[in-house]
Amino acid sequence: MSAFDCVIVGGGIVGAALADVLSAEGVSVALVEARSIGTGTTACGMGHLVAMDDNAAELALTAWSVALWRELADGLPRTVEYDACGTLWLAADDEEMAAVSAKVANYRAAGVRAEVLDSAALYEAEPALAPGLVGALRVPEDAVLYPPVAARTFALRAQARGARLMTGCQVRELRPGGVMLANGELLTARHVVLAAGVASPLLCPGLPISPRKGHLLITRRGAPVVHHQLVELGYLKSAHGTDGASVAFNAQPRVTGQLLLGSSRQPGDGTREVDAKLLERMLKRAALFLPGLDGLQALRVWTGLRPATPDGLPLLGPHPEKPWLWLACGHEGLGITTATGSARLVADQLLGRASVIDARPYSPARFLSASGHEVAHA
Amino acid sequence: MREVCDLVVVGAGPGGLAAACRAAEAGLDVLVLDAQPEPGGQVWRGEARQGSNRLARRWLTRFSASGARFRPGARVIAAPEPGVLLVEEGPSSFAVRYGRAVLATGARERFLPFPGWTLPGVLGVSGLQVLVKDGLPIRGKRVVLAGTGPLLLAAAATIHSHGGEVLYIAEQASAASHWGFALQLWRQPAKLLQGALMSAKLVSVPTSTDAWVTAAEGERRLEAVRLSVRGREEHLHCDYLGAAYGLVPNLEVARLLSCETSAGAVVVDDRLETRVPKVHAVGELLGIGGVDQALVTGELAGLVAAEQPVPLELERSWHRVRTFAAQLARHDAPRAELLRLATPDTLLCRCEDVPMSALEGCQNLREARLYARLGMGACQGRTCGTAAQTLFGWTGEDVRPPCLPARIGSLRIPSDVSSTPTRES
Repeated sequence: MSAFDCVIVGGGIVGAALADVLSAEGVSVALVEARSIGTGTTACGMGHLVAMDDNAAELALTAWSVALWRELADGLPRTVEYDACGTLWLAADDEEMAAVSAKVANYRAAGVRAEVLDSAALYEAEPALAPGLVGALRVPEDAVLYPPVAARTFALRAQARGARLMTGCQVRELRPGGVMLANGELLTARHVVLAAGVASPLLCPGLPISPRKGHLLITRRGAPVVHHQLVELGYLKSAHGTDGASVAFNAQPRVTGQLLLGSSRQPGDGTREVDAKLLERMLKRAALFLPGLDGLQALRVWTGLRPATPDGLPLLGPHPEKPWLWLACGHEGLGITTATGSARLVADQLLGRASVIDARPYSPARFLSASGHEVAHA
Repeated sequence: MREVCDLVVVGAGPGGLAAACRAAEAGLDVLVLDAQPEPGGQVWRGEARQGSNRLARRWLTRFSASGARFRPGARVIAAPEPGVLLVEEGPSSFAVRYGRAVLATGARERFLPFPGWTLPGVLGVSGLQVLVKDGLPIRGKRVVLAGTGPLLLAAAATIHSHGGEVLYIAEQASAASHWGFALQLWRQPAKLLQGALMSAKLVSVPTSTDAWVTAAEGERRLEAVRLSVRGREEHLHCDYLGAAYGLVPNLEVARLLSCETSAGAVVVDDRLETRVPKVHAVGELLGIGGVDQALVTGELAGLVAAEQPVPLELERSWHRVRTFAAQLARHDAPRAELLRLATPDTLLCRCEDVPMSALEGCQNLREARLYARLGMGACQGRTCGTAAQTLFGWTGEDVRPPCLPARIGSLRIPSDVSSTPTRES
């Protein structure tokens, strides 16, 4: 007899959201976190809830997840800072502006509201932007929130329904029928879910997840006002298109009156130190879009490690060789956005139900053969 | 813009000045950075102009003649790579490439929250002293001082000499601890003299050990304080309250440079070198020890940096001042009652308006930061982080750049400083 129906290893936003969903379904859950809920990669990101259309699978998961967040928003405490500010994808030239129409069609097909802003409309919406931009794609239902408190809210809701919250609790080994803790205690469970982000391969060797480091900077309160999450369309080229370190302009208004600035990507970098040279490139890039940036007061710079997979999609579903093990990891920079959808997808599979979206594109089997070895990714 | 030097000294208090003098006199190119407009640090604040303290005058004169370069108003904000500091100076910024560094960043007061502690008119003990030295009109104002150790008497002396009326001095330490400490001063003749001189001017001021502030009261600003004095309550109307409980080292720059710390002090070897090669720490960073420790360790570090022999007498002095520092730490440790004064609605973090009640359920400093915004504001947890450590035993997190709020432009590295070329995006 197992102590729990399900043990979730990893109390980031994904594990916490899953604990929330499963406990609401009456599943008995333990959520095991090595440190504190929502304080790892979850606490390092921007908290941008964004529909992304790099490919159909990404769009399906992000669009559904953003909609799920919207449904949840009214029930979240004020301290989650949910703010439906929308996203503006900024077009710096005619080539980027041409891409906007295709993206609008993509978004609308997926049920996501989207509209084109010409240059005049863009500057009316965001007068602080540097002159010379051609226009923008506006996705009004995107939002931002404060991820660590969102994760904690999920975990506390689960706890209120009887889930066991175990923080400061290191896991030594995942095994059929449960997990062995570092202190020697065995937690028995029918299902084990691995939702440990960048740490997942430590507990399940062979997972195709590697750290992709990012930098963020936050200003003091009273920064110049921007009204949307601002992202350069070139972000798609610079952030996803190369194997080397890259930067892109990404700025977010916080409800505190602070400005949160990104972004950088360093594939394969698992260190936590601020890389001054990459920060320099990131700030230089940002200053092109927001003039006067150099005069703002910076409060903190920090880094975070995104758990990246080779195709940019998370691993959601059963491990092909270990029927007792479920994966909910590898979300790279979209863990906050897709926490809601990821939790539903994994919960549906665990409970043997159909999901609103097709779960197959996120199946771990695309990388892991039934023999348990990593398969070459085409 | 950039500076290159053999030795950079961060902080121009007694420790920094002594290090700079010794190193510059031995021929090193020394650059001294300090956030204040004049050398002397907090303890010798204003001495560069007034010169009433003979020891301060001697060192400041020696410093002027040493050949060390001084950059006032210079705040270290980041350490982008080994051997480089980024410094903000007024509206501009510059980078320093150094061979060795001496960190002499001194200490700040430890604030503990009590009801009313954020009212205007409530300051630190030394904080109030500094404001008075800098010209705060104090003549005829009624002042209560509460805290611990020699700083109380020093502040009282300053306020008294500027015409302020010190109504009460509340020393939190127990009588046994306090008089034990005073007796130990016999081994420190200079300190005894200093203490006696200070006390002489203040003979008429009511003073008590086992005494502390329980609340500050007032509508818009401070009007009165409640004191606990040996178990009974006192209520005093006053204009200013100086309340703080000893000093804690300013570890931000040391931690920015990845220097190891232990028990709230920087770990150094017998050459005062930290675990980071070529970076030394002196003075209060080694544990609160006052001017004597700062001077002795500063001289030592300056000599080591310049590869000069260390006189035996200096070695002996160091051991003596370390003993004093250990006694001070025991004396200044806040008593348990002080940790229970705050009520649920008392603010712990005044930058982000975080009351004690917001910390419910938080297990450590990271949770308090992330769930309740403790220490996420402009002072970056300098005040509330120390208080949280004292109240809950939570130890500090890594320091992230900038270690003081700074213009974004100041975080950009001048291209002529980078050791490797920057690749353009």
